[in-house]
This record gives sequence, C-alpha cells and structure tokens, in this order.
Amino acid sequence: MTAPSSSAAEVRFVSVAKRYGAGPTAIESLDLTIRRGEFITLLGPSGSGKTTALNLLAGFQEPTSGQILIDGEDVSRLPPHKRNIGLVFQHYALFPHMTVRENIAYPLKQRRVAKAEMARRVDDVLRMVSLEIFADRLPRQLSGGQQQRVAVARAIVFEPRLLLMDEPLGALDRKLRESVQLELKRIHRELGATVVFVTHDQEEALVMSDRIAVFNAGRIQQVGTAEELYDAPETQFVAQFLGESNCWVGEVSPNNDALCTVAGACREIAGQRTPRTPTSGLAAAIVRPERCHVVARTAAIEGWNSVPGRLREVVYLGSQRKMIVDLEIGGSAVVTCTPDVVLPSEAAVCVRFPISATRIVPAS
Amino acid sequence: MGGQLLSGGVMGTAGKARLPFLAGIDRWWLVALPVLAFLALFFVYPSATILLRTFTRFDAPQVGGLDNLVWFFSRDANRAILLRTFVVAGLSTVLTSLVAFPYAYLMTQVRPAVRTLMFGVLLVSMFFGILLRNFAWVVMLQMQGPLNDVIAALGFERQRFLGTMPAVLMGMTHVLFPFMVLPLYAVLRGIDTRLVLAAESLGARPARAFWDIYLPLSLPGFIAGALLVFVLALGFFITPAVLGSTQQSLLSQLMYAQFYRQAAFGRAGAMALVLLVATVAALVLASALSKRSRAYEATP
Repeated sequence: MTAPSSSAAEVRFVSVAKRYGAGPTAIESLDLTIRRGEFITLLGPSGSGKTTALNLLAGFQEPTSGQILIDGEDVSRLPPHKRNIGLVFQHYALFPHMTVRENIAYPLKQRRVAKAEMARRVDDVLRMVSLEIFADRLPRQLSGGQQQRVAVARAIVFEPRLLLMDEPLGALDRKLRESVQLELKRIHRELGATVVFVTHDQEEALVMSDRIAVFNAGRIQQVGTAEELYDAPETQFVAQFLGESNCWVGEVSPNNDALCTVAGACREIAGQRTPRTPTSGLAAAIVRPERCHVVARTAAIEGWNSVPGRLREVVYLGSQRKMIVDLEIGGSAVVTCTPDVVLPSEAAVCVRFPISATRIVPAS
Repeated sequence: MGGQLLSGGVMGTAGKARLPFLAGIDRWWLVALPVLAFLALFFVYPSATILLRTFTRFDAPQVGGLDNLVWFFSRDANRAILLRTFVVAGLSTVLTSLVAFPYAYLMTQVRPAVRTLMFGVLLVSMFFGILLRNFAWVVMLQMQGPLNDVIAALGFERQRFLGTMPAVLMGMTHVLFPFMVLPLYAVLRGIDTRLVLAAESLGARPARAFWDIYLPLSLPGFIAGALLVFVLALGFFITPAVLGSTQQSLLSQLMYAQFYRQAAFGRAGAMALVLLVATVAALVLASALSKRSRAYEATP
C-alpha cells in the first residue's frame, strides 16, 4: 500500500442490505471497512452484488437497511452530487457533446472553480494521462483506451477523497488492458486517494489490488490480500473463483487440533483447518494444482495426501505441463508441473500433495 | 490460397455476369415511372401553373409582372395576416414542444406495456381526423361547455373562448402534438441516461445535470419535431376556420378566400409562394442549427 494522502477517505459498510421489491436480494448483509488510501477490489461474478455495493456507495441507490459511513459520516441518504466521489463508469459515460477539455472541466465548473485555476488543473490531469494533444477533440474521435483515460481524468480532477471504478477495463482489448492496469496503479500512487475497483476478472484483481473482497450471491465471501485469498481461501467459492483448485467434498470429521479429514468414498484427505471450517457436516478439501505432484504408486508418506488414479491427459502449455488425472474415488484432479516431467498416458499414478497446502473449507 | 481464388471468383460474378432474373437491373427505375408520371401530372403541373400565374399582371393575365406580390405586400391587412400566421405557427411550435417533451420523456421511462399504450393513445387520436378533433374542442370550449362549467364552479365569469387566438392555439397544439412526440421520442430513446448519473456524480444537482446533459442531447429531436410542426402550422386551415374568427384569419384562410371566392389565382399564388419561401427558410435554418449542434455528431 502507498502512503495515503491525508484527504483519502475511510469507508465503512455497516450491516448494509439492499432488496429490490419482491425479487432476489441484491445484497444480503455487507460489513466491510475500506482503509484510508488503499486500492480495494470488489471481485465476483455478475449478479454477486459487487456493482450494487458500488452504486450504494456512489449514491445512485439507497440501502434497504444498514449504514454507509465515509470518514465516520453516514452518507446512506446523501444524494450523489453531495458525496464528492470520483466515479469511472463501465462505458466511461463521457459527455458526447463536450470536448475532452469540457468533459474534464465539468466537475470543476460545478464547484465554481475560478477560470484560470480550472484551466491549470485540467492541463495538469491531461498531462497525467498523456492526452494534452487531444484536449479539443470530441470523445467519439478518440480510441477506447483514450476515452478510458479521459474518464479517469474527469474523475480525479476535483481531487476526490474516494475514487470508484466500475469495470473500467472491460471494453479494452487484452494488450491495452495490461498497460492501463499499470497506469491506474501509478495514478493511485500519485493521488493517494482511496480506490474502490469493481471487476469480475480475477487476474485483474490480483494484479492491481492491495486487498480484494470476493463477492458471491449478495455476500462477501472473504476479504484479504491477493496472497491470503490465493494461499488460504476460506470458502470453496473463493478457491474456485480465484485461480484453479482441486476440490473434494465430503463429511468432515475432526481428527485432531490442526487437521480434519473429508471422507470421499472411503478415502480420507487431510488438511488445514480455517476459521470457518465446520465441525460437522459437509466440507470441501481444497488444493492448488501447482502444489500437487504426479508420482508412481508407492506407500504413503507422512505429511502428504495420496490419491490413486489414472493419467488421462497431458496438456503442454509451454511454460508448464498440465496433467489431468482420473481418480479412483471419482472425479479428476489437475496437476501442473514443469514441462520436463514426462509420463506415459493411461499410467497408473498417485496424485500427492502436502497436508500443509490442503485446506478444509465450508462446501458451497 | 484456394479461399482467395474462390472469393475473387464470387466478386467477379457479382460485378459482371448476372443471374438471368437480374438481367435488367439498371432498368428497374422503370418501375418508378408511374409514380413519376403521377407526380408530374398532379403535383408539378399545378404547382408550376400557380407559380406562373403569380408572376402576371392584373390587367393582362397573359403578360408577366409582379402585381400579385406587390398587392400582397402593400396592404396592411395582408402583412398583419402574414405576421399573425408566423406568430401563431411559432407559438404553437413552442406550446407543442412544452407539452410533447414530458410525454416523450415519460415514454422512455415506463414499462413496455405502458409505452405501447402511450403510442396507442397518440395514434388513435390521429385516426380520428383533424375535423372531428377540432369539433371536440368546440364542444369543450363553448359557453356552456365543460371548461366554462369549471370556471363557473370556481366562481368566475364564463369566458368566450371560441373565435379567439387561445382557442386556435389549443386546437393546433392538440393536432400537432404527435408530430412533435414521435421524432422527440426517437431521439430521447437513444440517450444514455447514465450520462446524467455521471454528471450528478461529478457534482451537478439533478436539475443542472438534466440541463447540461440531457437537454442538449435531445436537441436533434426538438429540431426535427419543431421543423415538422412549424411548417405544418404555417399552412393550417381547418383549425383556425373552426376555432378562430374571420377577424383574426391566417394566411391559408386568406388564400382560400382569394382562390374560391374571388377566383384570384394569382393573388393566392403569391401567398403560396410566400409560404413556400418560409418553409424553405425554416429547412435551411434547421439544417444550419443541426450542423452547429455537436449533439448530432454524438448520436449515431
């Protein structure tokens, strides 16, 4: 995290819920504290409630219950134009009848900034997003990437305490997206403002965020740094939405203090308990493909899980080899390894992975 | 390689050799010939005749001259009628805009079923015909009509509406209403309302955001509708005849009088020419306005 500017906002969602009429609940209950100056990503599939959370924060919708606090002040019922929040829309929402300069000056005009000061600040942000020479063009005369930068410039020119971005890279092609990601990180560093970024793209979330809040079905599944979420997922959804995971669902049976096992068709898989692991009922054992090995069948080793199976397919991916193993207990496992591991297909093998890298989480 | 050859071959076919049933494609304009002949006979010929008669002398209708135009512009009564016609057309354009905008805006906001209903109301009122609708206003506005009943119930004196300009304007606004709503709705439908939200998020009060963003983007619809309504209003005849008075007649009524009562084709032609010039001027103005408006470039 970068040094937060003194004006960066702290945001707190306190038991916020949003329901639309009789339809499904958009947000069940949201408790989240966004720290001063951090870059937080709300990540989730469409319909998970992340965009609703953003709209509530921007003031386009009112929560059905609960409070939203910005710097301790309850803004739940405050209209958007009084919130002083910069917002970058999914499709930029640039004013098509105004030039780039007029678009960027718009928020300053609403704040009755003096003419000379306005021109100076517009020039400053134009330079920041390297669009000086496009100042007098209309938005439709710009490329997608340039329009995106105008949208960012317009959202930061009034130095808001909080910057919200709703899938701002969704409309850009892959190559451009990567450079814009770095650009946005730089702007965040220079501004020091708090940034809330909404995306359904897990890779984007991993690259950009200080912390990630994973949403599903109107609830936050887990909040943490990219490492925390990837290495120590607390729910089956997080493990499978963020990167790839091998997953076995079964009855949980408390083994000892640190481990618990999932009985999947008479086979036990041991793993680490997490804060939300149930003491009985259904649970899922989770392990990342790169933590697994494919080995010849041998006796079990202390500290490792071994699951016998048959090698179905080997996919060569250049930097690595991906093996798919049909397991004797049903289902299959994915194992990634360095490309120099070569095994004949249809071989009888064991998938072996350390108990320390296996997590037992609530099944979803 | 094979694909390239194939596509080249197909293009060649389209360019030169034709399928038998398309053999006469460049003679298809023959199909339009009956329509062209019809227009020539019933539109070009009478229009040209009227225009030719305009430029003749009173004493010798076969000789060219400007008597008719001089007659029209030299009389105070005629000039007053011309001015009144423009004022009434302008006012009814403004009134129609004011009434049509909320209606068209509402159409973009409601559920599809309600929208269909609103379309239906618009079209059904057009089906009833201009005369019937104007007589409805006669019933509405007469001394013992519903409007005066309300006025009397409120404790005021009954007013004479029929034969006044306000009555004419009400009738014209009613008749012209759909001509403003339809082009306006077509444009409003395409405006991205998130732009207004964006303006609010940037600090604009809702009314300000509407004024700065929504209204300029709706301008193309306004101009198209206003052009239609203004030009139609210039030539309105039935409504001022039914709801207005002969003391306050409009150009079309004067034209009718000259044409039918006095058989002064030349004078009527002079007035038709004035209206034609006004219409062309309105078109030129509208296209100049639309060129200046960036909203046009914004809408695809």
